Amino acid sequence: MSETILVETGDAIRPGNPPMVERYRLGARINHWTTAIAMVLLVLSGLAMFHPSLFFLSTIFGGGQNTRTLHPWIGIILSVSFLVLFIQFWRANLWNRADLSWVAHIGDLVGGHEEKVPEVAKYNAGQKFVFWAMALLILALLSSGIIIWDEYFSNLTTIEIQRIALLAHSILAILAICVLILHVYAGIWVRGSFDAMITGSVTAGWAWRHHRKWFRQLAAGTAGEERRSRES
Amino acid sequence: MLDNPYLHNPDAAASNPPTEGFVENLGMGDLVRRSATAELPPPTRQLTPVAKLIDVSKCIGCKACQSACIEWNNTTPAIEENVGTYMNPHDLTPEMFTLMRFAEWVNPETENLEWLIRKDGCMHCADPGCLKACPAPGAIVQYSNGIVDFIHENCIGCGYCIKGCPFNIPRISRVDHHAYKCTLCSDRVAVGQGPACAKACPTQAIVFGTKDDMKKHAEERITDLKSRGYKNAGLYDPEGVGGTHVMYVLHHADKPHIYNDLPDNPKIPPIVVAWKGVTKSAGLALMGFAAAGAVLHGLFARANRVSAEDRENAQQLLDGNKPGGRA
Repeated sequence: MSETILVETGDAIRPGNPPMVERYRLGARINHWTTAIAMVLLVLSGLAMFHPSLFFLSTIFGGGQNTRTLHPWIGIILSVSFLVLFIQFWRANLWNRADLSWVAHIGDLVGGHEEKVPEVAKYNAGQKFVFWAMALLILALLSSGIIIWDEYFSNLTTIEIQRIALLAHSILAILAICVLILHVYAGIWVRGSFDAMITGSVTAGWAWRHHRKWFRQLAAGTAGEERRSRES
Repeated sequence: MLDNPYLHNPDAAASNPPTEGFVENLGMGDLVRRSATAELPPPTRQLTPVAKLIDVSKCIGCKACQSACIEWNNTTPAIEENVGTYMNPHDLTPEMFTLMRFAEWVNPETENLEWLIRKDGCMHCADPGCLKACPAPGAIVQYSNGIVDFIHENCIGCGYCIKGCPFNIPRISRVDHHAYKCTLCSDRVAVGQGPACAKACPTQAIVFGTKDDMKKHAEERITDLKSRGYKNAGLYDPEGVGGTHVMYVLHHADKPHIYNDLPDNPKIPPIVVAWKGVTKSAGLALMGFAAAGAVLHGLFARANRVSAEDRENAQQLLDGNKPGGRA
């Protein structure tokens, strides 16, 4: 079904030497980094309250009281920011059959034989996994987080429900941190990905290597795209 | 021995305060537990465990204990509306560490209406759930005499202690964002005096002394109650939390819940135990492994780079030529 959604708005090939491919629009990048900064701050403040050996992290926020105050507000910022990100990215992250064969070749990818992996559209199955895992985890973290936001919502639920929410919030956060580590690591290991999220564009070679189906689609549509952009 | 001679007298609280000076106790060297602290140095001495005994059958509901508590701790609970019971304020608050709870209970055996009055407040558990749940180092401490105390300057106001407590005692102040509860007048006990509530109680329904003495005193009271027909009279010193340093003599000790939901078998909630036990350690390990795995792969595996062939193939595609085979 998603054969029709190979590319997202703003994706375009920019001729030059080397030729570049626009991958992330400015709005999406600002959104991504807002989410990223909020996520890192949440991890640091959350870990400070999760494990005594990491309580020293609270000094980053100016002490335990500030850490406790700020953590939920940062969570709200992240939730809003991620919601916008979700609206921008969800279509291109819909799961399809091609993703299954990508998953089957995960060993080739990690082993350094990306040429054996089936051609990928804008996002591969790993990226889609990170997207959907984060979407679900953030939703669940937000819900459980509001229940244990003592300052404003302690009267909303019983203490027994708050206990469950506290345990759930901890477990969900641990999972989210593992997904975050996977996401950051993949962005660093696949050279050029990090730059893409900073500058918004990738080299044509990068697009060919990692997202060939997306690149082909753009190359095929370049002539038409250019005509439309001149007219508008 | 630095032990305080007044602690051996069950009537210590009713007696006058000591006139001769002696060394103040309850310092850092007396801590047996400290919240969010893995390695606490062992206490330098063992103080005699103390206890407050509340004899529900002797309580007349005068609230002198509440007044004394307010006065000693210099709190100012808000004046509230009458909601149809003698209970005032409506609940424990950050400004009210102890509260007389009134229950009207019809004894099914005698069909008598019994007015059950229980002085609610921190039970000073031997195994304190609040301390287990607390994430802030040193915000909750337990002294070797059994007193569980909140050290407000270390409190971060998260409310985890509320989730850890099996008795629903701690309250967070919306003014200074610190948790508050009965201190068992640790500041008075440290200088040889009993808690303010015990001092004020006109019927000596509240007495204070060593835990052993309080148990003995309770036995006498229970014997007396049994001789008056309360066959289920007994001591409330629940084992599920390792015993408590505030105990009740109940005329119906077989059903504590009739006293305004006093838990029949209190223990630290299993969810809190799971959260502060396996989740905490396994979670940290899992996150550590994930991070370490990423670093190791980054150091030893080859980075995924675009090759010259990729670049050529991309260029050929853009030039409208068929790229030469797969990269």
